[in-house]
Amino acid sequence: MNRLWHGVVKRELALAYQQKTELVQPLMFMLMVVTLFPLGIGPGPDTLQRIGPGVIWIAAILSSLLGMERLFRDDFQDGSLEQMMLSGIPVSMIAAIKVFTHWLVSTGPLLIMSPLLAMFLNLTVPMYIALLCTLLLGTPLLSFVGAIAVGLTVSLQRGGILLALLLIPVFIPLLIFATSAVDSAALQLPYHPQLAIIGAMLLLAMAVSPFAIAYSLRVSQN
Amino acid sequence: MWKWLHPYAKTERAYQLCKTLQPWFWSGALLCLAVGTVWGLAFAPQDYQQGDSFRIIYIHVPSAILSMSTYVAMAVAAIVGLVWQWRTAYMAMIAMAPVGAVMTFIALFTGAAWGKPMWGTWWVWDARLTSELILLFLYLGVIALYGAFEDKQQAGKAAGVMALVGVVNVPIIHYSVEWWNTLHQGATISKFDKPSIAAEMLWPLLINLLGFALFIAAVTVMRMRNEIIRREIQRPWVKALAQKALG
Repeated sequence: MNRLWHGVVKRELALAYQQKTELVQPLMFMLMVVTLFPLGIGPGPDTLQRIGPGVIWIAAILSSLLGMERLFRDDFQDGSLEQMMLSGIPVSMIAAIKVFTHWLVSTGPLLIMSPLLAMFLNLTVPMYIALLCTLLLGTPLLSFVGAIAVGLTVSLQRGGILLALLLIPVFIPLLIFATSAVDSAALQLPYHPQLAIIGAMLLLAMAVSPFAIAYSLRVSQN
Repeated sequence: MWKWLHPYAKTERAYQLCKTLQPWFWSGALLCLAVGTVWGLAFAPQDYQQGDSFRIIYIHVPSAILSMSTYVAMAVAAIVGLVWQWRTAYMAMIAMAPVGAVMTFIALFTGAAWGKPMWGTWWVWDARLTSELILLFLYLGVIALYGAFEDKQQAGKAAGVMALVGVVNVPIIHYSVEWWNTLHQGATISKFDKPSIAAEMLWPLLINLLGFALFIAAVTVMRMRNEIIRREIQRPWVKALAQKALG
């Protein structure tokens, strides 16, 4: 188990390091989407503070949708995914580790970038702390649930827009709870109920989704 | 029960069953819809506050209830397909999807038309409206995913997984949106001990609910027959059927 963990994580990290530009693209996309809002709505500090949490979260969802596409794509195309599935190791386990590593390399930088975005949108410090908590709990949820749909669409030629169509409705509850947590923080109210709900959704997704991902990969592999 | 049920996993038996059921569903649906709609629109008493415009309830409420039930039925069919590997279950699921989507659309449309005189606006971002809209998105996602695959067996499995992901999400979406915003009135007819709607208004509503359900069943059965024929076009029994139809 430990060796499997190390092997898959090491491989994924090495591959990610080879494709640095592809990893940076969703981040740049997120930065640019956030930049559009002050330009489109107006630079008033109060307005920005009001819409800030929602804007950052929507941008995070959109950019994670973009980045998620490469989760299984390369391994599917060069056949290594098939080899992994034939190796006798439970596919759900491999899938879970792959999703975790993907989250680490694609969302880790996003968390590092988040203070900059918070500053752009004039978020206060308590708001930013709440935002960081929701991002820490919420983005893995995006990856685990999203990976199911990625597994289903990986064999399709143009899965990108379809992926977004499938996943955006599914991500709505997360958006609601996450932005509501930051709004509560802005009013100096406790926001741990929202965090607890996001955490519960994350635990449920972590428990169930590896099996769904494994099944969906088997469907794609036909 | 399994001995009785299992032959229907075969497409030919499922086709025959659909063919037998179809006229019953259609006649029941037409009868109930005619009685319920005429009773509701012409003879049920006026509402003391909303006057005649409340009568849209006879279309709005059945379609809204059944848009959700159809999604659950789809998910049940998907589970049956995943667990017992029945091809007919996937066919039933995908036969239901557009019907459910249309029901969701009808619920949204009549809701907007009702909202205009009552709330003074076509659309508000109220909890139930929003979750109904998201339900429509979930339906469209399942249909789009099914359409994206060439191999329809694979498409059925993929759409089934997505339908299940959706059905886990429907209650979460419902409560999250409820928390987020509420303006829509509370449930009226689910309070069985003492319904807050008068009996002479309730009866046509229940009849129409049954009529809508039968209508959905009839269209589903019809679509399923088509789906079976399309997928099994190479089978001898389909060819024999075609030969008989051509005379």
